[in-house]
Amino acid sequence: MTSRSARSRYPLWFLLPGGGLLVLLFVVPTATSFYFSLTRWTLFDSTFIGLENYVTFFQDPQLFGSFVHTLVYAVITSVGKVVAGLALAILLNGRIIARGYLRAVVFFPVLVSAVGVGITFKVLFDPFDGLINRALGVVGVDGPGWLTNPDLALASVAMVDIWKGVGVSTLIFMAGLVAIPRDYYESAHIDGGTDWQLFRFITLPLVGPATMTVVILNVISGLRSFELIWTMTGGGPGFTSDVLASVIYKKYQAGLYGLSTAGNVVMFVVVAAITIPLYRWFRRREVAQ
Amino acid sequence: MKSSNAPRRLVALIGSVAAVMCSAACSVGSLGTGDQADGDTTITYLVFNEPSTVKASNALIAAFEKDNPRVKVKLDTMPTGSDGDNVVKTRLSTGEMSDVFSYNSGSLLQAIRPDQYLVSLSDQSWVKDLDKSYLPAVSTAKGLYGAPTGGTTPGGVVYNKAVYAKLGLKIPKTWDQFRANNMLIKKSGIATPVEQTFGDAWTAQLVILADFANIAAAAPQWAADYTANKARNVDQPALAAWQHLRQLHDDGLLNKDFASATYDKGVQAVATGKAAHYPMLAGVIDAVRQNHPQYLKDIGMFAMPTATGTESHLTLFLPSGRYIPKTSTGAKLDAAKKFVAFTQTAKGCDLLVQSGSYGPFVNRLCEVPADAPAAIKELQIYVAAGNTGPALESVSPIKGPDLPQLAVEVGSGIRTADSGAKLYDQNVKQQAQQLGLPGW
Repeated sequence: MTSRSARSRYPLWFLLPGGGLLVLLFVVPTATSFYFSLTRWTLFDSTFIGLENYVTFFQDPQLFGSFVHTLVYAVITSVGKVVAGLALAILLNGRIIARGYLRAVVFFPVLVSAVGVGITFKVLFDPFDGLINRALGVVGVDGPGWLTNPDLALASVAMVDIWKGVGVSTLIFMAGLVAIPRDYYESAHIDGGTDWQLFRFITLPLVGPATMTVVILNVISGLRSFELIWTMTGGGPGFTSDVLASVIYKKYQAGLYGLSTAGNVVMFVVVAAITIPLYRWFRRREVAQ
Repeated sequence: MKSSNAPRRLVALIGSVAAVMCSAACSVGSLGTGDQADGDTTITYLVFNEPSTVKASNALIAAFEKDNPRVKVKLDTMPTGSDGDNVVKTRLSTGEMSDVFSYNSGSLLQAIRPDQYLVSLSDQSWVKDLDKSYLPAVSTAKGLYGAPTGGTTPGGVVYNKAVYAKLGLKIPKTWDQFRANNMLIKKSGIATPVEQTFGDAWTAQLVILADFANIAAAAPQWAADYTANKARNVDQPALAAWQHLRQLHDDGLLNKDFASATYDKGVQAVATGKAAHYPMLAGVIDAVRQNHPQYLKDIGMFAMPTATGTESHLTLFLPSGRYIPKTSTGAKLDAAKKFVAFTQTAKGCDLLVQSGSYGPFVNRLCEVPADAPAAIKELQIYVAAGNTGPALESVSPIKGPDLPQLAVEVGSGIRTADSGAKLYDQNVKQQAQQLGLPGW
């Protein structure tokens, strides 16, 4: 007894409940979903078909298109949230009127349900009766079909996503900015640095860790995005704003279970393949600093 | 001593986890069983939870219980759409299905494996009263499994009679005549020639789906060939409908808000005469009766104009079926069969008409009521001439799930007719393989 408690703080059985739940709720389903992605299955039975689902997935132009849209969406929303988040963070860390109120306002959209936001913006974006195009009409601009124009639909949803999610990025950047020692700015100021130089050579490099956190968080959420797209466009018009998650959802709805399981595995691999290297790189930089 | 306590607690924890899981899973079991009082049989009846369906079902149950005092029927409901599909599939596969349930006929019925899970009703006396066109929709090679729940729903073009009268137009039979009418309407500027409502993507399918009776009239083997992977959408006669869909857009005939308008807006537009045509189901007529009754007299309907031949054929979407699962046995099975048979009697038809169904019906004991709207009676011309045919989804088990989106793309000019039809063929292949059909 004594020798074992010296080796580990807890006896082995202490780990059993957590380990059991982990295996039951996460390891087993993940393993079975890898297996079922190689089958054509219904709720009644399954047939093993090898990699056929994956072949179909990458040959089907809609499925492959959704893959491209997902990457585009993740990049647009991440870049947007980094730029807007940093700008807002600098503004809200400055000496401005009603700072506390403005900080709260920027964060509020994060707290609202994505489905609620999606439905609201679908109404606002209506090309004829929506508030946005009505307002544009007043100043003589003929507003586009934000969600009905196939070239604009995905970008419109991404804009709403940025608006909704920028609060978290702003918060992280504000914390990052506060952590930069004031001395650097003071000495740079004495050396005659301009505001732009201060931002470019002090703020930007030193806010790096915060930037990485924001990028990783937003790339992951961008790759997995579903609620806003589903409520605003349903992937439409046609398939022009379909992303991986919405296509997988539709394939499940249609009863193409094997194909959608394969889609989920693809999504799992894509998210892992993009975020794990990003995370590693981020960790290495942090250690180096 | 300290550690000896803990394994017991662990056992208790596992036990309580198991109890929680069981209470979630085991409670489903109680859904299927009904109360039994001496000699009486209680059966359960599962329907979709739309208010009109629930109301009609309750009226049906009340009438049945009055005639059969020893049988009690308890109504269960399930959500519509794909959630309902999952309820049906799950409850069938776990043996928890209600004693009688209503569910789609045609392609969706084939997906729930009728031979494996349902009781064959081929020997029932009411089968002889059914229209032949309905039988394939509720049958497999091994037997007939369902009784119709209501009338058929015609699909075609709903039109505004006032616009037609003003311009002196005649009801078109061929696509060329339809196109000529549309051009005249466009030139006159008094109405939008064709209303489309892609804000509800399903509405985009009608130009294609409602053309099927025309295809079947020109090529009677088409549905069988299609199921056997020998006929495709990229070839004629099927491709014509895709080209029509694209042409309506390219001719500039659509309402300018076609991409965002919804079904309700479409109904309103064709009722008020803002639009002359709306390719849709006959459900529009009932929607006008309820929401814009003052315009009901202005509404008419014709079959989808054909690209082949000179006579257009009306596509009929066949009614859902009532089915009995194999898990109903003994007294419950007898009661269930009695209940299903009751729905196919003249009395059952009366109840159907009272609940707002107009037909055309697939049970010969049912007649279109005298007070049906004129637009419905107009369609009887096609029925009388024998110019009707079931929708493709009633005679073939395969319907590609991406059809609404593809139709939206072709109908909005995003994609060509050829490309849309080709992608749809690929989508159909996925569905056929999922169903395990031979030849795919």
